[in-house]
Amino acid sequence: MASSPVDVCVVGAGPAGLTAAVAAATAGRTVALVDAGARPGGQFWRHSPAGIEADRALHHDFVKYRQLETGLARFVQTGQIRLLTRHQVWTIERGARFTVRALKAGEYERTVDAAALVLAPGAYDRQVPLPGWELPGVYTAGGAQALLKEHGVLVGARVLVAGTGPFLLSVAAGLAQRGARVVGVYEANTGLGWLHHRSLRAVVRNFGKLSEGIHYAGTFARHRVWYHPRSTIVAAHGDTEVRAATVARLTRHGAVVPGSERRIEVDAIAVGWGFTPQLELPVALGTRTEVDADGSEIVLVGDWQQSSTPGVFVAGEATGVGGAALARVEGEIAGYAAAWYVNVDHESASFHPRSRRAERRLSWLRKRRLTLRAFAAAMHRAHPVPPSWLDQLQPDTLVCRCEEVSVERLRTAADDLGVTDARLAKLLTRTGMGWCQGRVCGYATACLVARFAGTGYDPRGLTERPLAVPVPLGVLAHGAAPAVPADESWRGE
Amino acid sequence: MPEVLGPVGGRQSGERTVRGVSASPDVVIIGAGMVGAACASYAARAGLTVTVVDRGPIVAGSTGAGEGNILVSDKEPGPELELALLSQRLWTELGEELDPASFELEPKGGLVVAETLDGLRSLYDLAIVQGARGVRTMAVDAESLPHYEPHLAPDLAGGVHYPQDLQVQPMLAAACLLRDARAHGAQVRTGVEVTGARRDSNGRLAALLTNVGPIPTESVVNATGTWGGEVSARLGAPVPVLPRRGFVLVTEPLPRLIRHKVYAAEYVANVASSEEGLETSAVVEGTDSGTVLIGASRERVGFDRTLSVPVLQRLAAQATRLFPMLASVSAIRAYRGFRPYCPDHLPVIGADPRVPGVYHACGHEGAGIGLSAATGHLIAAALAGKEPEIAVSAFSPLRFVEEAA
Repeated sequence: MASSPVDVCVVGAGPAGLTAAVAAATAGRTVALVDAGARPGGQFWRHSPAGIEADRALHHDFVKYRQLETGLARFVQTGQIRLLTRHQVWTIERGARFTVRALKAGEYERTVDAAALVLAPGAYDRQVPLPGWELPGVYTAGGAQALLKEHGVLVGARVLVAGTGPFLLSVAAGLAQRGARVVGVYEANTGLGWLHHRSLRAVVRNFGKLSEGIHYAGTFARHRVWYHPRSTIVAAHGDTEVRAATVARLTRHGAVVPGSERRIEVDAIAVGWGFTPQLELPVALGTRTEVDADGSEIVLVGDWQQSSTPGVFVAGEATGVGGAALARVEGEIAGYAAAWYVNVDHESASFHPRSRRAERRLSWLRKRRLTLRAFAAAMHRAHPVPPSWLDQLQPDTLVCRCEEVSVERLRTAADDLGVTDARLAKLLTRTGMGWCQGRVCGYATACLVARFAGTGYDPRGLTERPLAVPVPLGVLAHGAAPAVPADESWRGE
Repeated sequence: MPEVLGPVGGRQSGERTVRGVSASPDVVIIGAGMVGAACASYAARAGLTVTVVDRGPIVAGSTGAGEGNILVSDKEPGPELELALLSQRLWTELGEELDPASFELEPKGGLVVAETLDGLRSLYDLAIVQGARGVRTMAVDAESLPHYEPHLAPDLAGGVHYPQDLQVQPMLAAACLLRDARAHGAQVRTGVEVTGARRDSNGRLAALLTNVGPIPTESVVNATGTWGGEVSARLGAPVPVLPRRGFVLVTEPLPRLIRHKVYAAEYVANVASSEEGLETSAVVEGTDSGTVLIGASRERVGFDRTLSVPVLQRLAAQATRLFPMLASVSAIRAYRGFRPYCPDHLPVIGADPRVPGVYHACGHEGAGIGLSAATGHLIAAALAGKEPEIAVSAFSPLRFVEEAA
């Protein structure tokens, strides 16, 4: 099903995409805003069935969301923005214009024809394997928060939160406020990481962001949540579901302090080690990428958020994990730039804002972006993934849960079959070939291959996913799933 | 702790010396894909000192982008069928020697189906002439098709069963044969790109020139697949090998529903065709891991890696035509590769008299995995000065020179 052409198609309606769509529409362009969720807001501003208003305590920057939503609603009403929710983009074709192909609820395909693109695909939790992580009850920090925000569901009654980064605070606070007993927040790093000499300026300039921590301290005190810096989870235990976790203190170099292990009874664990940007669409469009300070592959963008592929602007976590405030700034720049791109001679023109007012706004946005990026870099420096997880792995610990590839199999593939990089590891062991397509295990695979083969760490080679999401063959073949639901008895149990 | 079988090239990659390469190997095999691995394995077993070089990591080219077919069913009688029959036998032997599970060797058999009675008649005609060359074939009528594949569309006219068709996991097969070669003394060096060849005063090959320095040797084997044209030119013995792009769709993991390699009769015609444009004919098969692979498209678009939606749409339409239940199954991955094809669709195998010491083993189009065993066997025989097991004149690199003259 094709819809009428637009000037700019924005993929992703989180903070970056929402801002980009409103900016492009403000600049006078027609826009399609495509998102997989039921409501705009992305993973950052998730909606519960009761409405996002009911949960404003769980949400940051709620005022910003309201402003954007109001802007969006106005443009949707005039028809200048077409909002396509519950649409998952599976690929984008590039010719003179772009054809964005999206699956509506997995049932049929809808295409959007656009002259320029803003991609704001966001990020998902970065995971590293630990013994027992395949047990039910072990969640990603983002997964635990999504269940809470979207469905009002607590992952457990006694929850342990572990990993690294400020996001853990927000997850733990949310769980505690809704009645879970948070048995501890195990942060692998310390606040001292923020005092790195290269970070100080950025931290001082972003004092407002840092003060969020103080807000959480209040919540933790009220709910008697203990915060354990320089400590981590080393294993999850249980037969059919998680029953306990082993935590331990870490040395300054991120190794487990011998003898500091302690077992804690839990019924759920939420773990997060930062975020991995979702790169399949930009990568499929041929954009150049690089490896960021946190070890994630990111899209390389220029001053106007333009990627190396003409007409493709990228904003938000995909250009480097940096949080919602940075995403909004990047989104606004990308929205204006894409709007401008639509009607110019692409070979010769350079970007010129149309009015003094726009010029002032853009110059402010660019300064703000610089500050926020410096803050993001400080965050990456302060919250590295400590090497302890590598030492805690057992030979039978699963690296890839979909295809059940163990640490030992990866080691054998490196020693015996000549695996030297992550892509080869995938081809020879099937790690990253299952349902998740390496989204969960990609980082760990790259780290382990580097260690076993003695080569350099490089996460690239696992991010190429020409199908950004699974596509039913019937939809691929005929644009729609069969009218009569298929007999699926062959799938068995 | 697994045994380390000889040096692994990747560990030394990045170094600028030719460390890990013996001073002057009997033969240097260029290309650590399936064909290079088979050449290395057979040459090392024959007692030669072997070094394999590759500019990338191992199995980085078309080996990692195929389906792992070892087919006799899609070959019309002629030199390629003879090569395929030899290969089929050698693969079975390799499986017995190296443990078939290590590279998922599976004697699954092929099932070629026809939609119409006319199509079925041509299928039977082909099966009869193939049978005369030693291919085992079994005619299957419409009523019997469900006994072979219960989920096939009910309105097909019939088909032919080819019990000799095999499947392997091609990347594992290549890695296992490289490991076998190392066990017989071979060395594998990755990150080594060939830049040229040095010849002695008689015009014979004296050394292979690479980005990490010259490797003195009297013989090199060009096993660089789709890049064989370029590498052969650098060696001073050009052969015309060009890319023909193909896509494969991979489904979500399913219970084992499709037992054979199933394809439509048009596939044979497409394999032999020289059309420039897009040709697709569904080839559907289940794998050990539960995923179903859906090929096969053919296009001449150079090395363009862009995903082609029309190609995927056609593959999906043809696959769901053969297996209607696949309509509700999701594709979770797609990949593309570049088949190395020569103008007459036959591979180039054997010594190149233009530069004594240069051998070619490339241009297998879509059949390189299957034909690699026989190719390696023939190359090893040629290197050792032995008589080839089958006639090889059709694969001579000189055939293009003569055509041009």
